[in-house]
Amino acid sequence: MTEPGPSPEAFAERRLKRRHAAERRFKLYGQLAIGIAIGFLAILLFSIASKSVSAFSRHMLVLTIDQPDLSTRSDLAVTDLNLAVRDELVEAFPEIANDRTARIDLFGLTTRLAVLPLTKSAAEDPDLFQAPIEARFAVSDDLDLYLKNEFRTHRTVEVGRAGRLSDTRSGTFRVTDAGPDGFETFQRFVDDQSEPRTDILISLEGAWFELGAISGAALELEHLAGTLPPLGELGGAQIDAVVLPSVGENRKVSNRQIAYTMLLKQRGMIEKRFNQTLFTNSDSTYPELAGTAAALIGSLFTMLITALFAIPVGIFAAVYLEEFAKKSIITNIIEVNINNLAAVPSIIFGLLGAAVFLNTLGLPRSVPLVGGLVLGLLVLPTIIIASRAALQSVPPSVRDAALGLGASHSQAVFHHVLPLAAPGILTGAIIAMARALGETAPLLLIGMVAFISEVPRAPNDEATVLPVLIYKWFSGAERAWEPMTAAVIIILLTILVAMNLVAVLLRRRFERRL
Amino acid sequence: MADTSTSSSGFSPAGFGIGGAKIECRGINVRYHDKVAIEDISIKIQDKSVTALIGPSGCGKSTFLRCLNRMNDTIEGAVVDGEIIMDGENINSPDLDPVTLRSKVGMVFQKPNPFPKSVYDNIAYGPRIHGLAGSKAELDQIVEVSLQKAGLWDEVKDRLSAIGTSLSGGQQQRLCIARAIAISPEIILMDEPCSALDPIATARIEELIDDLRLRYCIIIVTHSMQQAARVSQRTAFFNMGELVEFGDTEMIFTNPAQQRTQDYITGRFG
Repeated sequence: MTEPGPSPEAFAERRLKRRHAAERRFKLYGQLAIGIAIGFLAILLFSIASKSVSAFSRHMLVLTIDQPDLSTRSDLAVTDLNLAVRDELVEAFPEIANDRTARIDLFGLTTRLAVLPLTKSAAEDPDLFQAPIEARFAVSDDLDLYLKNEFRTHRTVEVGRAGRLSDTRSGTFRVTDAGPDGFETFQRFVDDQSEPRTDILISLEGAWFELGAISGAALELEHLAGTLPPLGELGGAQIDAVVLPSVGENRKVSNRQIAYTMLLKQRGMIEKRFNQTLFTNSDSTYPELAGTAAALIGSLFTMLITALFAIPVGIFAAVYLEEFAKKSIITNIIEVNINNLAAVPSIIFGLLGAAVFLNTLGLPRSVPLVGGLVLGLLVLPTIIIASRAALQSVPPSVRDAALGLGASHSQAVFHHVLPLAAPGILTGAIIAMARALGETAPLLLIGMVAFISEVPRAPNDEATVLPVLIYKWFSGAERAWEPMTAAVIIILLTILVAMNLVAVLLRRRFERRL
Repeated sequence: MADTSTSSSGFSPAGFGIGGAKIECRGINVRYHDKVAIEDISIKIQDKSVTALIGPSGCGKSTFLRCLNRMNDTIEGAVVDGEIIMDGENINSPDLDPVTLRSKVGMVFQKPNPFPKSVYDNIAYGPRIHGLAGSKAELDQIVEVSLQKAGLWDEVKDRLSAIGTSLSGGQQQRLCIARAIAISPEIILMDEPCSALDPIATARIEELIDDLRLRYCIIIVTHSMQQAARVSQRTAFFNMGELVEFGDTEMIFTNPAQQRTQDYITGRFG
């Protein structure tokens, strides 16, 4: 300190440099923090969105139902229509009519309840089956996933020309090579497969076989599906092979079902379409039939109750506290407690709801009415705090101007202060609603986690909500629940983003008017 | 000292046409919680004239002004003692409804504070809440006359639906004056109406005040000694919460009775 320092100018310059460096450093930290946040958000959204994509489309079996033999009892309609569907499927593959295991595989392409939408339309329109109608049935969730994922990795290779087809024992055949090669090229190809065991399907004259072995210049084949070509000389018909990406035992879809699927696709009887049932159906134990309708409507009713309860109560409480209440110990205690309530874990509100609304007041379980009231209590402090902040931000000069003109206190508040605070209040309310929409824990405690297969018609019908549906589907055992869960998350996020967007736009619009 | 106001009441009426006493204050004290803001103010304010209140910041002149339309009621912890007799009635009595009082006493604030509504609605708001207009035509008439009195009509007659806050600062302040006039008050209080305006806008407002004094009792708080000298007929000098001197403006500025007044107007303190 005592040594003669540098000149004041140099010292000032050094200091300035240090200050600039500090500023640059701080900016870098800020950019880094934002970068990390955006990165995580992007990863999260990308992973969910990419998982959900497959749930928005679905493979459907297209069948012509020709005057099914329906019983008059509606509860039997599912069984009867199922028989009709099975008849149609067997008609498509007459060659396996007597093979019981092959039929079980065939019927496994779809599920029993896939006819449910059709039974509903039949109940609404008794003349539905007067003429043959083309109807679509969801394929089983496993087949749907196979078609969406593995099916694309099928590799088709040319094998050669068919010589003579002979049967060795029931369902097993041999075909010789028409050329001089004796399938040696194909043998080498099979030996070269990276995986030692891959299933290979062979197509010959429109029929599908599973490749057993190559021996003695002939293919040993097991018939899977399709009309058998006549035994004997085939005169050099084309033989193709499809290399499957996995082995039959390791997947839910059998080789025979794959063969059916390829034939059905060829005939245009399996098509991929937009998954409407995701929005029109309610919950189901079968992922291919499950939809979000009940949860969407349930969320709508719940939000309606929440908004009707929490927004008016919250705004009036805020107006009273901010504009009319005299400052006293009591208002201070109320203020502190409102702030504390906003920080109470949401599950506590669920307990409160269960204790008060269900046990004391005896309201029904699992209904949006109770869910809405519980969520209303949950977001009430948030709305009060946001509304008070909005009221505080109105310049006091406006209040003075109105009072100076002889407006009464309530006229000044309701004619001038409240309208000016409205955008802020509205923004707070919308953000509070968005929070309520994503809330799960309190609703679990009042039983909104029930299995709901009917779309609720009123706020006192049993219902579930979107976040609870995510929770339920996520714990589903089948693999198909994974994309379905991601799809619900995307639907929920879309609604939340839309709500926040509305909040931002409203604020912008009103701010421009000032 | 407390007698200053009354002792100097022998003002010269030369050319002013000043009316009789409109407001008579007796022993006004104002406290905010425990802090005394003004103490024992007694003053008589004449009708149809401009009375200027001058003094350094924090001397209590605005507080005194706000007593006259009970605006201090809106401040928590403010207590106003004393009698304010306006047309024979004590307006400081708790029985009096400040809403009725404020329909008689208009106020113009330091910062122009038009409502964020149209020019028309700004003016029409007062008449509407007091039920002064029986029909739309009558209301239109009030709006036009008020704007004309405030000298703003020619500038805004084509854009009555424009938002009040979109006008220039000077226009906004004249809009606020027009808004105060619209409820036909007898008294207009102005709390440093020109402090946020440029000199040209200030000159216009001063002209306007000069026109208005023929019809209203105007009390204006100002920090500008020149302004007080230009627009007022009577001037009151406040310091540290007391009324130091009150008299004809000419007297105060040329030959003040108190040394403190002399010091203030010559810029030696404040």
